Amino acid sequence: MHRGMSRWVIAAFAFLGAFVLCAGVASAASPSITAIVTGGDKAPIAGVSVSVTGPEGFTGSGTTDAEGRATIEVPAAGQYIVKVDEKTLPPGETVKDGPERTVNVLSGDKKALFPVGIGGEPAGGEDSGSGAGEFGAQVLQLIVDGVVLSLIIALGALGLNLIFGTTGLTNFAHGELLALGAFTAYVFNATLGLNLIVACILALVVSAAAWGWGQNYLLWRPLRKRGTGLIAAMIVSIGLAMTIRYILLMIFGGDGRFYTDYAGQSGLEIGPVNITPKAIILSLLAILALTATVLWLRSSRMGKATRAVSDNPALASASGVNVERVIAVVWVLGATLAGFAGMFQGINNNVAWTMGQGLLLTMFAAIVLGGLGTIGGAIVGSFVVGMSVQLSTLIVPTQMKTGAALALMIVLLLIRPQGLLGKPERVG
Amino acid sequence: MDLGFALTQALSQAIGVTAIIYLLATMGLNIQFGYAGLLNFGQVAFVAVGSYTIGACVMTVAPAITSWWPSAESYILWIAIPLALLVSLLLSLLLGIPTLRLRADYLAIVTIATGEIFRLVVKSIEPLGGVQGISGKIGANFYALNPFPDVDRVELGLVTYTRSDIWVVVVGWIVIGLLLLLTWALMRSPWGRSLRGIREDEDAVLALGKNTYLRKMQALILGGLFGTMAGIFWVVAKQSVQPDSFVPDFTFFCYTILILGGVARVLGPLIGTIIFWFLLVFTEQTLITAVESGTIGFLELTQVGPIRFILVGVALMLLMIFRPQWILGDRKELALDAR
Repeated sequence: MHRGMSRWVIAAFAFLGAFVLCAGVASAASPSITAIVTGGDKAPIAGVSVSVTGPEGFTGSGTTDAEGRATIEVPAAGQYIVKVDEKTLPPGETVKDGPERTVNVLSGDKKALFPVGIGGEPAGGEDSGSGAGEFGAQVLQLIVDGVVLSLIIALGALGLNLIFGTTGLTNFAHGELLALGAFTAYVFNATLGLNLIVACILALVVSAAAWGWGQNYLLWRPLRKRGTGLIAAMIVSIGLAMTIRYILLMIFGGDGRFYTDYAGQSGLEIGPVNITPKAIILSLLAILALTATVLWLRSSRMGKATRAVSDNPALASASGVNVERVIAVVWVLGATLAGFAGMFQGINNNVAWTMGQGLLLTMFAAIVLGGLGTIGGAIVGSFVVGMSVQLSTLIVPTQMKTGAALALMIVLLLIRPQGLLGKPERVG
Repeated sequence: MDLGFALTQALSQAIGVTAIIYLLATMGLNIQFGYAGLLNFGQVAFVAVGSYTIGACVMTVAPAITSWWPSAESYILWIAIPLALLVSLLLSLLLGIPTLRLRADYLAIVTIATGEIFRLVVKSIEPLGGVQGISGKIGANFYALNPFPDVDRVELGLVTYTRSDIWVVVVGWIVIGLLLLLTWALMRSPWGRSLRGIREDEDAVLALGKNTYLRKMQALILGGLFGTMAGIFWVVAKQSVQPDSFVPDFTFFCYTILILGGVARVLGPLIGTIIFWFLLVFTEQTLITAVESGTIGFLELTQVGPIRFILVGVALMLLMIFRPQWILGDRKELALDAR
């Protein structure tokens, strides 16, 4: 093996090892509720949706596993209502004595039993009387949710698109930058006991330095130097994504986790729309971050250099632009934005090992829709995707909502392969 | 620590049902990615099509049509298999038409998205079982032909299988043998050479007057059919199908196997699969034994599961960086960046 090569392999493993160590201490035991759904002969029923609502507007949800269990972590002791979604039970079956349980959580794990049988009480006629006003309110609520989701996607997609533009890398590990950001903040907040705002600021610094600059320096820069092809690099990014994702699973477990602050914030009723204050503040911060990034790319020297490298790296290099420096800056920027997106998602919902993977395809859809490699396109595309994900639930089942956005991307590729804002150049 | 148990477990997995499923899917990927250079990240969708078409035909359609065809249930599997292959062909057309004219990274994103769309859609269709999927005696027609004597377990030297598993394994390896022969014959034909030509330089092949779009489509269809065969074996062997089995990670496992064995080699997927499953199961079993006996104290049993995926991820990265032509490959054959 080449000497330089072995050096960076060692460094890469040291990097992973440090990450495992720094996160290994994380195991704050918060109380949880385990719903157990069983059928007629006490056989467990898998795949049943369970939701939990509690004090201060807390909501959580889970799906039962092969043992018929769904464990949902709750932020603090208190009285919670556990509800089984009877639509996800086997056809014709209902929960004996109703789908809801009230559970008093003190500490540790509290169990709620849901014996299921055929017959019992009918599911009851919900969803009746949805008049015009109610429909309008539902649309408004979905638009607000759509804006929040669009901002999260945009934060991730902008970095993904910048990295693609400057290096040509289709980075399948970009979703993991979101998850790493969120979990870094979780370690600072829940394990080390720092205030969430301080934890997030520190996590942003770690995201920029370790997950962005460090990743580029230890992995992608040596690969570029070796002349590794773009498709090979794409497959490397898949391997990296899988590695990071399952390390997160191994350390933090499969259940979603909550930050210790602002977890159960109750929503504000603004007209017909319900939105939490934390979501409003985070949305404003996201808009600020996106605007600042776009302005920076447009007007600063470094930003102009970035766009020059995106256009033509060889020409930019010949004109005196330090291409490697630009790429390092883009990785730092991309990882910081993605880390913020992860914390946004983590504060708004919860922190889970699959959170990056879940958003990755919507980010890809956003940049393909907007135009691969264009800056404005990433943001426009994110809004198209975010809105269509939420608004599609008016027509299709909730589980299919991401599918609707992805289908939209495929249809657009048929009509306008270069994306909404892309230059009509040859892409095939 | 009982290494013997881990060894036999690993051996029976390396030539067992799981290996057959992954091998068939990877052979399809070899045609698409290895020979034609098509970056299909949605092979799992073709596998899912196979499993779901069979599952739905046997469990939903057959009981419904017994009124006008009383013996439907005794023949349904043999009708469902060609139907599954037909659906797979349609999926290839659906995928290929918008994307085969585009750059490789677009195909990658669209195919991975299609796999996810398929999973999310079947998850919310009630007749297909929703989140629960379909289960029951899906392979009954197949097992009715089982010639093995009626015993609990069949011993074959080091490894033992149940009576139904051994039937799946035997038929599986016969099918694989035939398909390997087919791949070998196709790839040394002019058609196969033109596929490699497209992978290396599409414009050059186009300039020679070949219809490259059509050939890429044919490669996508053929590889997809192999994937669907994998899905058919899956549903027949396990007699159940759940939407969440078909996550993108399945495809990434296949890529790791393919690169491990050697891209664009007829026997690459075969060798890759056997080594991959042997090493994976052996490591996992050894770890489980070590954790249970307390030899390794810092891990819990639930933490062993993710290790499989971490190993695959790291292996995929290292293989791709250092030895993309791994065991059988040839660096000259593997111009991974033809486009």
